Amino acid sequence: MTALAVAWQILVAVALTPVLVGVMRQVRARLEGRVGAGVGQPWRDVRKLLAKEPLAAEGAGPLMSAVPVILVISSLVSVALVPLLGIATLAWVPDDLFVVVSVLLVGTVALALLGLESGTAFGGMGSSRHMMIAALVEPTVLVAVYALSVPVGTTALSSILQARMSDPTTVISPVSLLALVALSIVVLAETGRLPVDNPATHLELTMVHEAMILESSGRDLGWLELGSWLRLTALLGLVVNLALPWGVAADLGVGATVIATLAFSVKLLIAGSMIAAAEVFLAKVRLFRVPELLAGSFVLAFLSVTASYLLV
Amino acid sequence: MTLTDVGLLSQPVLAGLAFIAALAVNDSRRSAIAGTLNALLGLATAATGVGALLGEPGSLTFATGIPGIAHLGQLALAPDRLGGIFLVVVGVVGALSAWFGVGYAHGATATRAAWAAYPIFLWGMSIVPAAGDAVTFLLGWELMALGSTVLLHSEHATRPQVRSAVLWYAAMTHLSFVLLLAGFAVLIASANGTTWEALAASPPTGVSASLAFVLLAGGFATKAGLVPVHVWLPRAHPEAPSHVSAAMSAAMVKLGIYGLLLVTLRLLPDGPRWWAIGLLVLGGVSAVYGILEASVTSDLKRLLAFSTTENLGLMVTGLAVAMMLRSTGQRAVADVALVAVVLLVISHAAFKTVLFLGAGSILHATGERDLDRLGGLARRMPRTAFATSIGALAAAALPISSGFVAEWVLLQSLVHGDTRGPTADRVIAIALPITVAVVALTAGLALLTFVKVVGIAFLARGRSPEATNAHENPASMTVPMWVGAGLVLGLGLVPGWVAMVAAAAVGASGIEPAGLAGVALPSVNALLDPVSLVLMSLAVAVPIAVITVRAARKAPRRTVDLPWGCGGVRVDPTMQYTATSYAEPLVRIFDDALRPTRDLDVTHTVESDYLVREVAYRQRMVDQVERGLYEPVIRLLWRIGDQARRLQDGSVHRYLGFSFAALVVVLLVVTW
Repeated sequence: MTALAVAWQILVAVALTPVLVGVMRQVRARLEGRVGAGVGQPWRDVRKLLAKEPLAAEGAGPLMSAVPVILVISSLVSVALVPLLGIATLAWVPDDLFVVVSVLLVGTVALALLGLESGTAFGGMGSSRHMMIAALVEPTVLVAVYALSVPVGTTALSSILQARMSDPTTVISPVSLLALVALSIVVLAETGRLPVDNPATHLELTMVHEAMILESSGRDLGWLELGSWLRLTALLGLVVNLALPWGVAADLGVGATVIATLAFSVKLLIAGSMIAAAEVFLAKVRLFRVPELLAGSFVLAFLSVTASYLLV
Repeated sequence: MTLTDVGLLSQPVLAGLAFIAALAVNDSRRSAIAGTLNALLGLATAATGVGALLGEPGSLTFATGIPGIAHLGQLALAPDRLGGIFLVVVGVVGALSAWFGVGYAHGATATRAAWAAYPIFLWGMSIVPAAGDAVTFLLGWELMALGSTVLLHSEHATRPQVRSAVLWYAAMTHLSFVLLLAGFAVLIASANGTTWEALAASPPTGVSASLAFVLLAGGFATKAGLVPVHVWLPRAHPEAPSHVSAAMSAAMVKLGIYGLLLVTLRLLPDGPRWWAIGLLVLGGVSAVYGILEASVTSDLKRLLAFSTTENLGLMVTGLAVAMMLRSTGQRAVADVALVAVVLLVISHAAFKTVLFLGAGSILHATGERDLDRLGGLARRMPRTAFATSIGALAAAALPISSGFVAEWVLLQSLVHGDTRGPTADRVIAIALPITVAVVALTAGLALLTFVKVVGIAFLARGRSPEATNAHENPASMTVPMWVGAGLVLGLGLVPGWVAMVAAAAVGASGIEPAGLAGVALPSVNALLDPVSLVLMSLAVAVPIAVITVRAARKAPRRTVDLPWGCGGVRVDPTMQYTATSYAEPLVRIFDDALRPTRDLDVTHTVESDYLVREVAYRQRMVDQVERGLYEPVIRLLWRIGDQARRLQDGSVHRYLGFSFAALVVVLLVVTW
C-alpha cells in the first residue's frame, strides 16, 4: 500500500515537473514582455529529445550515456523519498534527510564526471565550478538538517513534517524560519537558479550547469534535462511542504491523496512562479561572490541550531 | 589452544620464513615467494583478530629471561575485542598489499632489504594491537617503525626526495615513540605492573593523569598524522613504494587511533572535559586542513596522504564527541559515536588500500603520479579504473560504499547529542553544530577531491604520451585491488553485522541489525538499509531502462568526427581542464589558508608588446603548517649546528686543551 503511494508520488512529480518549469519560464517571459513558448513547451522538448539519436565524439566512453540515466534515477529516488504528498514511508527505506542529500549528491557527482568526460575546456570549467558550489553548499545543508531535526529528535523527514502539521506554530518559530531561509538559498544553489547560476544563459564564460552538458545531445540531453528539473521539484517541494505543511496526506486514503496532490501542485506552482518573478529582478552574482552568499546562508543555519538549543 | 593462540604463534613463524625467503631466494623469484609468505602472515594476523573478536582472549606470555629488570621479564600478547578489530584491519591490508607487491615490486623495491623489511613491518603492526602490556606494545611499535623506515628507503638511489622523506619520517616517528615512552612511564609510575589491567586498575590522578594523557595523545596523534604533526605523511606516502604506502596509510596510521581508543576507553576513561575539547579541535582541524590540502594537490599519492590526515581527523572527532557526550551522561548517543569511529577505521582501511594500490597501478603503467599528466586511463586500464573509482566513491562518502555508512553513523551521533532543557550544556550546544559543519565541509571537499581524481585521471583524453600509451597491469596487481573494492562495496551494502562487531569491540549497546542487511540505531531513531535502497533504485530504474533501450533501438547512437565542441574541431588534449585548473576556484577561495606561490611569465613578440608569444604559469603549494611551525625549528637547529662546528676546527692544540679541561673536571668531581 505504501509502495503504491510512493509510486503515485513519483508519477505526480514526473508529470508536474515539466509543467513547473513551463510555468516558471512563462512567468518570466511575460514579466519581461515576451510572449513565451507556452506552459507545455518543456514537455514537448523532453519528448522530442528522448526520441532523437545522441551524437558521440570519436572515442567517447560509455559514461556519456550512463550519466544521464544515473542522474534521472538519483532524482527519482530522491523524489520518492521526500514526503511531497503524504507522510507514509517505506519501512526499510526511511526518508532520512542525510540519505536524501547523499542520493542527490550521486547525481551531482555524475554530472561533474560528465563534464570532465567531454574532454573540452568548457566541460571541465563547468564541472569545476559545479563541484566548488556543491562542496560549499554541503555545510549549510547538513546544519539546516540538524536544525530541523533537533525539535523532533530524528532526521526522518516525515516525522519532521508530521510535527509541523500537528503544531503549525512551530513553523514560524525563529529556529524554523532561519533554517527555512538557509535551506531556500541552498535549493537555489543546488538547482542552478539565479543568483548562483543562470539556467537561461548560453554565454559560455558564465555557465555552470549548461557547460557540463554542452556535449550531450538527443536522448542523453533529454534525460539530463528531466533529471535536473526533477531535482528542482524534490527540493522545492520539500521546502514548500516544510513552510506550508497543509494539505499533506496524513494517511493512505484515496480522498486524502487527491487533496494532497492538488494542494501540492498549487503550492509548488505558486512557489515556482515566485522564484521566476524574483529572477527577473536578479542578476547572476560573480562566481567568486557565491561563497559569500553561501557563507551567509551557513550563518543562518548555524544560528538556527544554536537557537534550537538555547532558546527552548 | 584457541584460534587466537594459533594465530599469535604462527605470526612469528611466518614472519621468520618470509624474512629468510627474502634473503635466500634469488632475484627472479623473490617477489613471488616473499610476497606470498607475507600475504600468509597478513592472513594469520587477520585470523588472530577474528579469534579475538569471537571472544577468545588468547594469551601468550614469553619469559624473556632478562633478570633484574622486572618489566622486561615477561612479554604478553593478549588481544581483546578492540585489538581484534585492528588485527583484522592490519592483517587484511597487509595481505592485500603484499599480494599486490608480488606483481608491483621490481628493481629497487624488490631487493633483499626491501622484502626482508616487509615481514618486520607487518609483524610489528600485528604486535601492537595484540600486546597485553606497555613494554610489548612499545617493542611492536619500534619494530613497525624500523621495518617501515627501511621500506621507505627503497628507492633512495633514483630519487633524492626519498632521503629527505626518510629523515622526516624517522624524526617524527621517534618523536612519537619518545612521547609514548614518557606517557607510559607516567602511567606505570602510579601502577603496580605494566599490563593494561594493572595500568587501568590504578590510574594516576590530577595533574599526572593529564600529563600522561597529553604525552600519549601527542604520541598517537603523531603516528595518526594529525595536524600539526602530519608533516611526515605527505612526504613519506608519495616516496614509499605503492604497496608500502597502502600498508602505511591504511593500517599503520590506524594504530594511532587504536592507541587513542586504548587510552580513552581503557587506561584513562574518566578524564576532564578539556581532554575531549582538545581532541575535538585536533580532529576538526586535521579533517578540514587535510582535505583542503588534498583538494588542491595534483600529485596523486600526496593527495591520498592528505586525505588520510582528513579521515584520521574525522575518527578523532568522533572519539572526542563520544568522550564529551559520555561526560554529560548521554551514553547511548556516545556509543553510536564510538561505533562510527570503528566503522570509519574499517572503511578507511578498505578504500585507502584500493586507492593506493590503484595509484601504484597507474604509476607502474605510466610512470606518472602527477594528475596533470594523466587522463583517458579508463579506456587504457579499465580494471584499475573501475576498482579505483569504487575506492573514490567511499572516499567521497557516497552511497552505497563503506564510507557512506560510516559517515552516516557519525552524523547521526552528532545531531542527536541533546542538550536542551534543564541539563543544557553550552559547550556541547556550540561544539556539536560546529562539528557537524566541519564534517559537512570535509565531506563536500572530499567530493570535489575525488571527482577530480577519477575525472582527471581516468576520463577524457590523455594529457601526456605516457598516459595515451598506458597498458593494463597483470592480474596479480588488479585482483588485489578488486578484492579491496569488493570489501568497500560489501561493507557499504551489508553494514549490519559489521556495525554489530564494531559495537562489541568498543562495548557499545543500542546497535541492531535491521531490514535486509542494514543497521538500526534505536537510541537515535535512525535506520539505514543500503540493500533496500538499491532495490528501490532498481525498481525506479526499470522504466527508465525500458524507455532508453526502446529509444536506442529506434535511434541508435551515432559517432561523428566533429561533435559539438562549440563548432570547432576537437581541440588538443592539453586544452582540457587539468587537476590544477580544476582546483583553481578553491585555491582562490581559501587563498588565505593555502597561500600558494604563483609565477606568471608573459613573453611578448618582438614586433609588438600587445601580442603575447608565450605564457608560463607555475603554481606551487607549500604546506603552511610546515612553513610556519617546522622551518623555524629546523633553522634554529642548523644555527646551533653551525655554532657547534667551531668547537672542532682541526687544531691539535685545541683538542689537547679539551682533553686537559676534561681531565681537570673529572679530578674536581672525583676529589669533591
